[in-house]
Amino acid sequence: MADVKEKTKKPVGRTDKSRQDIEQPEVVIDRTRDPIVVVDGLHIIYRVYGAGGDKGSAATAMMRMVRRQNRPQMKEIHAVRGVSFIAYRGDAIGIIGTNGSGKSTLLKAIAGLLPPHRGGVLTDGQPSMLGVSAALMRDLSGERNIILGCLAMGLSPQETKERYDEIVEFADLKPGFIQYPMSTYSSGMGARLRFAIAAARTHDVLLIDEALATGDAKFKRRSKAKIEELRKDAGAVFLVAHNLDVIEETCNRVIWLDDGQIRMDGDPQTVIEAYTDATGK
Amino acid sequence: MSHPERLSPPGGEPVDAIAKPPSPNGKSSESLTEFAARYGLTQSAARPPMSRYIRDVWQRRSFIWNFASAKSMSMYTSSRLGQLWQVLTPLLNAGVYYVIFGLLLQSNRGVTNFPAFLITGVFVFSFTQRSLTAGARSIGNNLSLIRALHFPRATLPFAFVIVELQHLMVAMGVLMVIVVATGEMPTFAWLLLIPALMLQLLFNIGISLIIARIGAFSRDIQQLLPFVTRSWLYFSGIFFMTAGLANRDSLKDHPWVGKILEANPGSVYIELIRTSLLESYPKDLAKFGWGHHHLWLYGLGWALVAFVGGFWYFYRAEERYGRG
Repeated sequence: MADVKEKTKKPVGRTDKSRQDIEQPEVVIDRTRDPIVVVDGLHIIYRVYGAGGDKGSAATAMMRMVRRQNRPQMKEIHAVRGVSFIAYRGDAIGIIGTNGSGKSTLLKAIAGLLPPHRGGVLTDGQPSMLGVSAALMRDLSGERNIILGCLAMGLSPQETKERYDEIVEFADLKPGFIQYPMSTYSSGMGARLRFAIAAARTHDVLLIDEALATGDAKFKRRSKAKIEELRKDAGAVFLVAHNLDVIEETCNRVIWLDDGQIRMDGDPQTVIEAYTDATGK
Repeated sequence: MSHPERLSPPGGEPVDAIAKPPSPNGKSSESLTEFAARYGLTQSAARPPMSRYIRDVWQRRSFIWNFASAKSMSMYTSSRLGQLWQVLTPLLNAGVYYVIFGLLLQSNRGVTNFPAFLITGVFVFSFTQRSLTAGARSIGNNLSLIRALHFPRATLPFAFVIVELQHLMVAMGVLMVIVVATGEMPTFAWLLLIPALMLQLLFNIGISLIIARIGAFSRDIQQLLPFVTRSWLYFSGIFFMTAGLANRDSLKDHPWVGKILEANPGSVYIELIRTSLLESYPKDLAKFGWGHHHLWLYGLGWALVAFVGGFWYFYRAEERYGRG
């Protein structure tokens, strides 16, 4: 029951006045290809609570109710500011940017987990998101997680049985671990198993948020092959990672987010080069 | 979401300019959204139509069953007595209530077989009570699952009620032994346990769906819920006969009190099971001039209202679970 809250690693306290608008690249519609995700002028604003300051006692909570105030220290964060782009079938799009530039927020919005404040996200099919968060079902064994994950995705019990071995093989856990509860897994093992389960079904849109970061070299190679496979099935894959090598190897297009806006959108080498220059890495 | 007007954006952003790019082949009026709509793209994570939603839930029935079994199994793995707690917990509860209400307060007036009467009440009510508690947590405690995979969210409250049903099955086995041990032989009326429990199951799923939606958006309900279920417990005729209470001198002039207590769904399912399981109980009721056949109508009505209403209510927020 520990995974109720997800970590938020967003910048707090910046006001909109101090932020500069950059000229975002214009969206050009490529009519020879099928779009699968269209993000149109998307703004995401969300609130964080309890950013500190309040004494947090019952009396102050009571006073707040009496005065009909909102919860204390509520800050609104304008995390994504007017982003537009089109993803086509077969795209593998890497999203890069410094911490707090809105990458994860953008993915969540595409997955439909954050309501857009303005603008919209339109997709074909239901996007699935693989995040860094904890195991699917922490208290259950890896074995159970595979079966339940497959059934939840809508596979029949028969199909689940057929894919089981494939998933175990792909996740490549240490022998025996498949029978232990997922809470005993290292973060790398958990990520591998989650990815293996999600990849057992073809997804129209797969969103991967740092989920591959904890894997070792061997797993990275295999997940890259799997992403290729998903792309060939005419889906789209979004990948957020701080490891630029992974992005450069896996993606055919990179979007550079800067302070909630698109700074650059193009082929991996060019964008990554510009990004490296700008951030001085 | 509750104060959309509070979120009006700071002006001066070139959103609209970006949203309507001049298209290369002359169709300059087409916005991105229109372009997307032309290709049949839909709003991300929109709620499917009701008929498809029902089909999706039905298609996940093996997920519901497997999830419930896995949860049941893992629930007691860290305790030494393990699955034995499934039987021990309700028995201990029944023991406490027996000492307090049977021995100390002597609330067993009018009941021939008080131990079986009391234990039936405790077991059957705890099915409803635990379904509610589990339902309230079913969304909040499974956020990582909800965010990672796409599936109809209603399957989670369903699964958690099935967990409680599996516990109840064990408890019913214990109960039957107790009934026989207290000197009542099995009769054909025991077959009525099946429809009675089915109706209670439907009712429990319904209220769990309702509480699941409420619990998903305001965690405060989890603090409040124990109080609600405890109050409900005291009104549901578990340690005393509702018929006996309604016939008291102080309540004689207010027959509607008895009617309300009798129609209370918490009590309806308990009474249905008591009258089916205990041969002596319908006679006890008859002494107060109370029948029990009409309880089946109440049971059916509550089950349908709760299940249909709960499913509809839960479904209305389908696209919002897991957001934040």
